[in-house]
Amino acid sequence: MQRKSIRLAGVASLAVAGLILSACSSSEDTATETTTTETSMEESASESAAIDECAFENLTTISPGMLTIGTDTPAYPPYFVDDDPTNGEGFESAVAYAVASQLGFAPADVKWEVVPFNTSYAPGDKNFDFDVNQISITPERSEVVDFSNGYYTVNQAVVAFNDSPIAGATTITELKEAKLGAQVGTTSLDFVTEVVQPTNEPYVFNDTNDAKSALQNGQIDGIVVDLPTAYYVTAAEFDDSKIVGQFQSAAGGEEFGLLLQKGNPLVTCVNKALTTLKDSGELQEIQDAWLAGTTAPYFKE
Amino acid sequence: MNAPVPGADMVFVDPLRQERSRKKARRDALIGIASLLGFVILILLLIGRSSGWETVQKTFFNGDQFVESFPGLLQAFWLNVRIFLIAEPLILIIGLLVALARTLKSPIFLPIRVLATLYVDIFRGVPTILIIFLLGFGMPALQLTGVPSDAIFWGTAALVLSYGAYVAEVFRAGIGSVHPSQTMASRSLGLSSFQTNRFVVLPQAVRNVTPPLLNDFISLQKDTALVAVLGPIEVLRRAQIDTSSNFNYTPYVGAALIFIALTIPMTRFADWIQVRSARKKRAGGAA
Repeated sequence: MQRKSIRLAGVASLAVAGLILSACSSSEDTATETTTTETSMEESASESAAIDECAFENLTTISPGMLTIGTDTPAYPPYFVDDDPTNGEGFESAVAYAVASQLGFAPADVKWEVVPFNTSYAPGDKNFDFDVNQISITPERSEVVDFSNGYYTVNQAVVAFNDSPIAGATTITELKEAKLGAQVGTTSLDFVTEVVQPTNEPYVFNDTNDAKSALQNGQIDGIVVDLPTAYYVTAAEFDDSKIVGQFQSAAGGEEFGLLLQKGNPLVTCVNKALTTLKDSGELQEIQDAWLAGTTAPYFKE
Repeated sequence: MNAPVPGADMVFVDPLRQERSRKKARRDALIGIASLLGFVILILLLIGRSSGWETVQKTFFNGDQFVESFPGLLQAFWLNVRIFLIAEPLILIIGLLVALARTLKSPIFLPIRVLATLYVDIFRGVPTILIIFLLGFGMPALQLTGVPSDAIFWGTAALVLSYGAYVAEVFRAGIGSVHPSQTMASRSLGLSSFQTNRFVVLPQAVRNVTPPLLNDFISLQKDTALVAVLGPIEVLRRAQIDTSSNFNYTPYVGAALIFIALTIPMTRFADWIQVRSARKKRAGGAA
């Protein structure tokens, strides 16, 4: 009786150990499996030019037959109009629909998802095919998500009211004493902390609207936003405000890119679409239509 | 033979029984420690062996990230500390005044009672973050002369008004928990209404509600993080900024640890006060 139970116990513990070991190792096996299938797919794609992976029928999207595009709400002008991405108005809405039509999707086949800005460039599964939301391509973000080629080169600019202490600033040094504001997680904020390096800590807001409220209240002296937003704020939203200046772009410039989930094969097709739009001049037309007149003096050191 | 001594908290003790119970206590303690150790080791083994642990550790418990972000978090936390150190006394004062206002009996004080009730209803009814938005962005927008527009000022003011309402109700409960015989006895001894409140009712009331008050204080320490929506960089916003640049969530864990490190001494202090006041009550009430 005792030897039987000891043997049973021994067998049971061996089985449990075996299960644990197999659970540990099975994940590794599946990992190697997927990499081998991926490399074989790439080889076959480059070898056989007959298969067009960007043909409409070969595209895999989250909703079959539909293109899901993500953006945040509120969707700010001049990138969107009336907080409604579906009307095709605004620079990014127009670019999104142009890319969609290059991929083969009619406007009726495009649907929009609300994606908060901060979560778009964070790692993880996405519920959109690509996201268009003034997202700058940075090396840190590129490690966890995929970006298309840039569709717009952007500079950061400072907006202030005419009676702000920094309204007449022409150099970055004059900005150091100012109380600046920017949205959290943006390259605008990075610009403030890395390039301007103000003596007072900047104010950081959840979104640009809160930053604009603080600017109106005089709680901050100026906000740092990208140039088209700065142009819209000063031209259409706030009277008595001005673009104090724009910053020289860092080496290579800062570009907006369409954001896709890491490893999404759609990125090659999106890049092809963007190249077509650039070569045909359509991208420039869209830019001229929505982002015209965006100039401002450059800050000196 | 061995009658219990009156007034003392002791009963007759058999030395043999004492020895046995002491041995049992020691044995229980050892078993408890062994069981706890075994449990902890088991949990650590299970977590360490699980397939997702490496990713979780890299994302949430990354040592390099922690060391890099922690000094900045501590510096930002100083803002939280300043906010709740300034807010708490104001909250206690406002809470006490509003609670007293609601207990005023005379009919001539009806407008005051109504105002106090309105204040409590409104500021307990509106979410704290909404009050912060309303006051932090709304008040400076009015551009009234003499009204400061500083975000930290209005954030603290919003917290004071919001928590003052909760604390007012706590004080009111405390005042209500003092037996009416205390008031009657005190009045019959010749003390005025004000003296009754000041020397008899309020000391007992405050002692009764010290645990809930400490609870609200601890809650206030967390809610100072809400001031970040107005712009100032406090510890949560600092953690968010660090996290959004490299997608490692260790700064969030660091911020949580700072909050916990502040709360635990506070809760043990609250427990100690509760034990002390319970002991005092028991000693005072024993026949």
